[in-house]
Amino acid sequence: MPGVEGFMYPNEIELQWSVLIVLYPFLTGLVAGAFILASLERVFRVQAVKPTYRLALLTALSFLLVAPLPLQLHLGHPERSFEMYLTPHRTSAMAMFGFVYVWYLMAVLVLEIWLDYRRDIVVLSESTTGWRRWIYRMMTLGSHNLSERALAIDERVGYLITVIGIPSAFLLHGYVGFIFGSVKANPWWSTPLMPVVFIFSAMVSGIAAVMVLYMLMTWSRGRSIDMRCVDTVARYLFYTFIIDFSLEMLDLIHRIYESDESFRSLDFMVHTKLYLSHIVVQIVLGTVTPIALLGLTQVVKLTEMARKRIYALAGCLTLIGIFAMRWNVVIGGQLFSKSFLGYTTYKMGLVTREGLLVAIVLTVLPLVILWVLVKLLPPWTERNSGLLPDARAAH
Amino acid sequence: MSISRRHLLLLLPAAAVAWKHVLAGTPESSPNYTMSQHWWGMLIDLPKCIGCGNCVRACQAENDVPDGYFRTWVERYHVSDYDIENPVVDSPDGGKKGFPPAKEESGKNFFVPKLCNHCVESPCTQVCPVGATFVSPDGVVLVDKQYCLGCRYCVQACPYGCRFINPKTDTAEKCTLCYHRITKGLTTACCENCPTGARQLADLKNPKDPIHEFLKTHSVQVLKPNMATHAKVFYAGLDGSVR
Repeated sequence: MPGVEGFMYPNEIELQWSVLIVLYPFLTGLVAGAFILASLERVFRVQAVKPTYRLALLTALSFLLVAPLPLQLHLGHPERSFEMYLTPHRTSAMAMFGFVYVWYLMAVLVLEIWLDYRRDIVVLSESTTGWRRWIYRMMTLGSHNLSERALAIDERVGYLITVIGIPSAFLLHGYVGFIFGSVKANPWWSTPLMPVVFIFSAMVSGIAAVMVLYMLMTWSRGRSIDMRCVDTVARYLFYTFIIDFSLEMLDLIHRIYESDESFRSLDFMVHTKLYLSHIVVQIVLGTVTPIALLGLTQVVKLTEMARKRIYALAGCLTLIGIFAMRWNVVIGGQLFSKSFLGYTTYKMGLVTREGLLVAIVLTVLPLVILWVLVKLLPPWTERNSGLLPDARAAH
Repeated sequence: MSISRRHLLLLLPAAAVAWKHVLAGTPESSPNYTMSQHWWGMLIDLPKCIGCGNCVRACQAENDVPDGYFRTWVERYHVSDYDIENPVVDSPDGGKKGFPPAKEESGKNFFVPKLCNHCVESPCTQVCPVGATFVSPDGVVLVDKQYCLGCRYCVQACPYGCRFINPKTDTAEKCTLCYHRITKGLTTACCENCPTGARQLADLKNPKDPIHEFLKTHSVQVLKPNMATHAKVFYAGLDGSVR
């Protein structure tokens, strides 16, 4: 049979989870990571990263809004997905997705963004005209009180939500890791390290995404990049990446040393069908190279321009590497037979419901949403930028 | 509160839709069948299997299984004397049309019919996010296709590769142990069509079922016992190389 080597159980030849299921953990990882970066400023008082605080929150929201779409498109019966809320099966790791998602979206992210922007929204609802005014008036939700006491309450509640948000971000993505890690039938997935690796890889991807977006947006606005900020963000990225890589290596060493019944099969897969995406893209290009580049900036005194270029390159490579990691987990976990006697091939469609085109659209869509959000709620802290300083002046 | 004619006209279609939804979960009736009196499994006496593929064909005809997908299939193992841990296995079209002559002469060749193991602790049931997959009170793992989302988590969770997504219904499908037959006192299509009696439906709660005598006098094994799924398809004469 074409695409099949050795023996697969006959029902295994067709892969069940496609590139869309690769996108799902990639998108939720960016959400969780971006939020953790935002919490650095809010909870841990790392003032240097303040310029990225609001951008990180808006980035998290943009990606979170798109995160369920690949799942919906993948379901055989998307019209029944609401049953997960009505009759969740308590023993299923997947059943909690809806609740975790709604909790994170409504109780954490939207609420925190609204509280943080409330003052700006009220000011903008009075200073703008036309359709913008109507949008801002709706966004105030009827709360126009800008007294010092009201703003102090916003600040306190916002802080509390961020504190709750940190374990929620861990829950959001650790839970995604558990969906894979708890499948005992699949030795490629079944490891208690999976949720922890997912959390740290999420932090890595989220921090890298916000760092690259901040640099790109600041450059496109013709402003100067706050080097103290990106130096700090890059340092956190470096530390988190080292933890993430160590965990992945721990998993690898453990597998090699134990060499259980699945090892020969998985080892063969990594050296053949997954060689390019796992060894070359994920480990060499997407992990070791950015760690080395970021490490270089920590030990060698480089010029500002050199650091900017290194951060941009390392950030992009990191995102490619984390996407490859999701690919290798999801697709790699389905390429070998549970009989450990054979391998199949993933054939991605181009213009099908779960094909490449849809995957590209779903990757670009959060960036479009982010562009709209940034226009509507400018996250910039410099004076005379975006809508708000003008509005404040008018006020 | 009084209901006007207009309200009634609006309510009636809604009630009809709701009632249809309630009835959708009602199983086909079998008046003389009491679920609590049965506990179904299957016995497969491997030395008797000749790899004819009758069981696969019967299953596909009985259950309208789409081409390329299998509720049951037959594997042929070739185990070399020198490398018992690396058997060579084939199952052309699930063994539906039998097997071509074996290439290797040394070592041993034998057939292994496979089907859903109707596990007591079934991983597929555990992971279903809405409970569309369930274990019936008489021990059969079933899928409610009116309720299944088609998320495919159960397919990933089955250690035996017994599940697939039916392209006609976009829902999970697998062996039902011919539930529509066994609740009417019949045996499964695969057992009925096995020319050598290698497959035997077993009711573990029925003291008169021959399975009890067989289990007393033979060594049996289940597939992948390390998965601790409490499988109820028992294999007699199972070679250690079978996965």
